Amino acid sequence: MNIKPWLQRIKKSQLLLPVVAMILVMAVNIIHDVATGAGAFSFFKITLQQTTSNGTILYGRIIDILNRGSEAALLALGMTLVVSASAGTDISVGSVMSLCASFCCMLLAGYGVSSTNDLAVPLAIGVIAGILMGCLCGAFNGLLVARLNIQPMVATLILYSAARAIGLLVCNDLIVYIRNDSFGFFGSFLGPIPTPIIITAICIAILALVLKKTALGMYIQSVGINARASRIAGLNSKMIIHLAYIICGLFAGIAGIVASSRITSADSNNIGLYLEMDAILAVALGGNSLGGGKFSLAGSIIGAYTIQAITTTLYALGVSTNQAPVFKAIIVILIVAIQAPPVKAYMRKRSLNKTSKGVA
Amino acid sequence: MKKKVLASVLAAVMIAGLTACGGQAAAPAPAPEAPAAEAPAKEEAEAPAEEAPAEEAPAAEEAGGLISVGFAQVGHESDWRTASTKSCQDVFSEANGYNLSFVDCDNDSAAQLEAVRSFIEQDVDYIIIDPIVSTGWDTVLGECEEAGIPVIVIDRTIDDSDKYVSWVGSDFLTEGKAAGEWLKAYAAKQGISEINYLIIQGTTGSSAQIGRTDGFREIAKAEGWNELDAQTGDFTEAGGQEVMESFCKSYAGKFNVVICENDNEAFGAMTAMDNAGVKYGPGNDVILISYDACTAGLKEVQAGKITADFECNPLAAPTVEKVIQTLQSGGTPEAQILVPDNWYALKDQIVDFSVDGNAQSMTEVTDAVIEAQY
Repeated sequence: MNIKPWLQRIKKSQLLLPVVAMILVMAVNIIHDVATGAGAFSFFKITLQQTTSNGTILYGRIIDILNRGSEAALLALGMTLVVSASAGTDISVGSVMSLCASFCCMLLAGYGVSSTNDLAVPLAIGVIAGILMGCLCGAFNGLLVARLNIQPMVATLILYSAARAIGLLVCNDLIVYIRNDSFGFFGSFLGPIPTPIIITAICIAILALVLKKTALGMYIQSVGINARASRIAGLNSKMIIHLAYIICGLFAGIAGIVASSRITSADSNNIGLYLEMDAILAVALGGNSLGGGKFSLAGSIIGAYTIQAITTTLYALGVSTNQAPVFKAIIVILIVAIQAPPVKAYMRKRSLNKTSKGVA
Repeated sequence: MKKKVLASVLAAVMIAGLTACGGQAAAPAPAPEAPAAEAPAKEEAEAPAEEAPAEEAPAAEEAGGLISVGFAQVGHESDWRTASTKSCQDVFSEANGYNLSFVDCDNDSAAQLEAVRSFIEQDVDYIIIDPIVSTGWDTVLGECEEAGIPVIVIDRTIDDSDKYVSWVGSDFLTEGKAAGEWLKAYAAKQGISEINYLIIQGTTGSSAQIGRTDGFREIAKAEGWNELDAQTGDFTEAGGQEVMESFCKSYAGKFNVVICENDNEAFGAMTAMDNAGVKYGPGNDVILISYDACTAGLKEVQAGKITADFECNPLAAPTVEKVIQTLQSGGTPEAQILVPDNWYALKDQIVDFSVDGNAQSMTEVTDAVIEAQY
């Protein structure tokens, strides 16, 4: 039995970094649980809980992480493609989420209505229109980046500041409450499982399938590595970058619907606030280079849930979540440092030295 | 040729810009411009704003009998703010003998200073300010003083100047104390001997969060209640939901009071407790206390979900009118006047209590009360 090649493979795997980060966060919880005498794995315990309104549901901190991390995970999916194809980030996703939620709720409630129990249009129309609004925003971002060659951050800065304001206009500056159980479905439970988890799982499955079964994934990576060479090789680089932004907008739209369904209202000022930063952090945490090119979808997804795990851990420890950015910052510093060229060169040198000694 | 066209277009734009600027400075009220620019927003606020310029012209000439009042409002960021604006427009109506110049400053403190200066130019009788920022007021208030126009500050406070007549607003500390005193009286009535409470706080550092937390803790400390945890929910429903979800796991079966520092957080906490199978509200194990008492909040009180709701009254205008009437008759109003806040509950949860020695009366939530609430 030789485990060396296995170790070597794990070492080289892109998923090493996100998995280690996740394990670190979990370790903090185990230590805390042991210290407070709650049993080493009480953080991971999943039980069945009788609820007042939703029957029996799965109940536990891990479920919370998967549930609350859904929006960040959805955004991270789109962000991964955008980063890979255009070597830039889409910082508008949080605001676009808010706009999609506002647009959907405005359609469902009717313009200018601030609270309603009955839907003005069928649920499906409102939800689909909200998601399409996301695609539209993505298409606009893609137009600026792919066709007009504007730097991604500058191009998406437009909707970053405007989308939330448009959402407020659409909602007549009010919080629109939709007190209707059918709308609440996307943020509550399907059987014992939280619906956001199911929605996210379906989205991940579809995207993974599309990337695997079609050449889209490879196209996006090749455009990201060298757009000009890809074009000469016969790829429509602009179209592929444009498509990446539209997919990113699509997922932002879905995330917006989930977020507003959780609170059965459109709170334009707060939905998706600062979430674009979490999405970008998730991509970086997933071991993906923010310089574009090769990407790992699994890495980004683990990254997104790791970020949510930090927040949930802080809740469990009783630390104010105002301090969450500090812990995120520490993780970012570690990731950036590990990826920095001098550190990489040092590591390579060390491993080379080892192997040469071994030969001698 | 092209260059010439470009140059003339540029010149035209610059001239247009200049006249626009000049126009704004000279115009008696920049007020209507802000709301008009966002035409589709807010039907209620729009109507009076459009009327404003039409009313002003005759007022400047006649002014006969009408008391002219200038109001520099913060903006229109929430339902609460909308209610505050509407209250002023209702009270200072022409029918009541007033001529109101209303400026929505859109959360821009420079625009607010400009608005106050334009009020001085118009030579209004009284100026009402809801200061966006608490500092930088001394100069402009000095100008008001020189012009002999009394200034009344409402809602938010001014820290670096005392050149105003009165401050009219709600005291968050009193709201927090009221919640504490109510809980003390209610617990005594119900025979609850041990209180273990959780606080879902507002945005950390906001005056509402500080006042409501400190006020409640003051009573809690004196009574020896046990605070299990406090965590911020940022005044949002999503925040309240996530925090309560975690509280339900960390302190399962240990808490019997949950305090949410606004109604939206309470809505979120309710969903989270539903999903954890925790029973709350009147007649159940957990007492749910909330602040703000907006219409949606009172509906939840009526539905037997929120046990008691403590108002932060946005309707300052009637109190401001009393101040103006006092000044009109030559009297001196108090420097600090609290707007009467109401405390809401259902009939069985209404108990007698007092805050700082003042006996309080609670309001029973009925359809009529909800209808009348902002």
